Amino acid sequence: MTAIVTADGLRKSFARRGAPPTPVLDGLDLEVEEGTVLALLGPNGAGKTTTVRILSTLLRPDAGRVTVAGLDVVADARRVREVISLTGQQVAVDDKLTGAENLTMMGHLAHLPRRAVHSRVEELLAAFDLTAAAGRRVGTWSGGMRRRLDLAAGLLTRPRVMYLDEPTTGLDPRSRQALWDVVRDVVAGGTSVLLTTQYLEEADRLAQSVALVDGGRVVAEGAPAQLKREVGEAGVELDLATAADAARVARVLGSTTVDGTRVRVPTDGSVSHVRSVLVTVEDTGVVPEHWAVRAPTLDDVFLALTGGPGGAERPATAEAAA
Amino acid sequence: MTALLQDVTTLSVRGLRLVRRDLDSMITAVVLPVVILLLFVLVFGGALDTGTEYITYVTPGVILLAAGFGAANTALAVERDMSGGMVERLRSMPVAAWTVLTGHVVASLVKNLVSTAIVFGVSILMRFRPEATALEWVAAVGVILLFVGWITWLAALVGVLVRSPDAASGFTFGVMFLPYVSSAFVPVETLPTWLRGFAEHQPVTPVIETVRALLAGGSVPGEVVALALAWCLGLGLASAVAAGLAFRARR
Repeated sequence: MTAIVTADGLRKSFARRGAPPTPVLDGLDLEVEEGTVLALLGPNGAGKTTTVRILSTLLRPDAGRVTVAGLDVVADARRVREVISLTGQQVAVDDKLTGAENLTMMGHLAHLPRRAVHSRVEELLAAFDLTAAAGRRVGTWSGGMRRRLDLAAGLLTRPRVMYLDEPTTGLDPRSRQALWDVVRDVVAGGTSVLLTTQYLEEADRLAQSVALVDGGRVVAEGAPAQLKREVGEAGVELDLATAADAARVARVLGSTTVDGTRVRVPTDGSVSHVRSVLVTVEDTGVVPEHWAVRAPTLDDVFLALTGGPGGAERPATAEAAA
Repeated sequence: MTALLQDVTTLSVRGLRLVRRDLDSMITAVVLPVVILLLFVLVFGGALDTGTEYITYVTPGVILLAAGFGAANTALAVERDMSGGMVERLRSMPVAAWTVLTGHVVASLVKNLVSTAIVFGVSILMRFRPEATALEWVAAVGVILLFVGWITWLAALVGVLVRSPDAASGFTFGVMFLPYVSSAFVPVETLPTWLRGFAEHQPVTPVIETVRALLAGGSVPGEVVALALAWCLGLGLASAVAAGLAFRARR
């Protein structure tokens, strides 16, 4: 396998009025293998969007180097733009134009051969299940449909690399599912994808590899299965009356995380495993006030893989200031 | 080069569609100029003595005033493209992204051509009797479009610079003011001396005088025409270059 996107030591700071420049990227490295999906997983402000903007030629890095399909994003920006497509956080379609008009316009701007535009537009409208609505103005469409059109607009030229910046934020579960299907189809068609997300589940469903981003750098990476092994697919959470009870339960259960009076045990979610956990707890004689099986959150991932919570509340590292 | 031309065409078609389907733009382009014309001629006109039929005097001024109002729509449209995802997407594509501004300017020129035709049509119904030859008509409309071009590039610059729709529409207030303090509605000689100085030396006055003289079929003083063209072309070019630079600088 070869890497189609590589980023080495990306640094970027943004100047703020009356304050020293804030580092947003602090030596970020990543690689997207050709024909796969890489998910950048991280909280708000981790540097995900800045990374995507640099990788898609919109922003120059202060330091570091990016190549896409062997082309340098700074020196060969124009040629890079011919092989990528970017679907940003904001939907980039005109509400006052119809679906078909939006795609046709983008087809012309992408410099597709004039005669090919019409058939490609029809093809994409059908593939994204938008044919019936194609003649209506996009302003009357649902959020999920607008997102699908936005993705379709990025696929007119069959790009080699597609960047998706939080593509499912604000979508209902069904639209999210539909969008995941679309991304899988895109990858099956040979396009490599880099997507950013705040949802562990999304990274798990779509990506062959996940890079956990925090404080402008990749803090952990690997295949979703590997991350899940470390984090646990789900957890049995027990709320106990006192911290002492929590400590006692944690001791007998073994591999747990304790947060005040809450104890969390990783589980595969099977009946037998959950039952054995509950039996073990019952045998200690301590009665939990409440318990539940819960899927891991982004916080759990950070806790398990970096030993600390992600996000702004974490103190800046010494290197960030250097 | 052909690719660039193709992009400008595509984005101009887009700009026109956006204007045509925006109720606010259409009212500003079609209804508002006629209302202003009726207001000036029927309400104020009786009290104003400009030495000619007031409708003959005021028609060019109404057209330029309408161009100012319409420019605010352009500023808004550009602001929407900048803050929405459209410019981001264009910048990640192999297109010269600034051509999106050209698309809005072309749309504005076409829109104002329509407004101009409507205002002339209504004022002719109201006994406006221009004596211009066909060539003088073309020249008059040409000067109007040069003025519209400048105002629209300025609006595009405003749209690139501002960070909110409110700030973009605040632009109207500024450009609305210019035709009022010119010879568009009253002769500058009737203004107080300190204001007259400004009125005589701002771009709208020579543009108005040129259009008025062309339509009256009389001779146009060469230096007034030169001044009108210099203002429109100079400011237009400066605004377009500034808009292009600001567009590139804003990341």
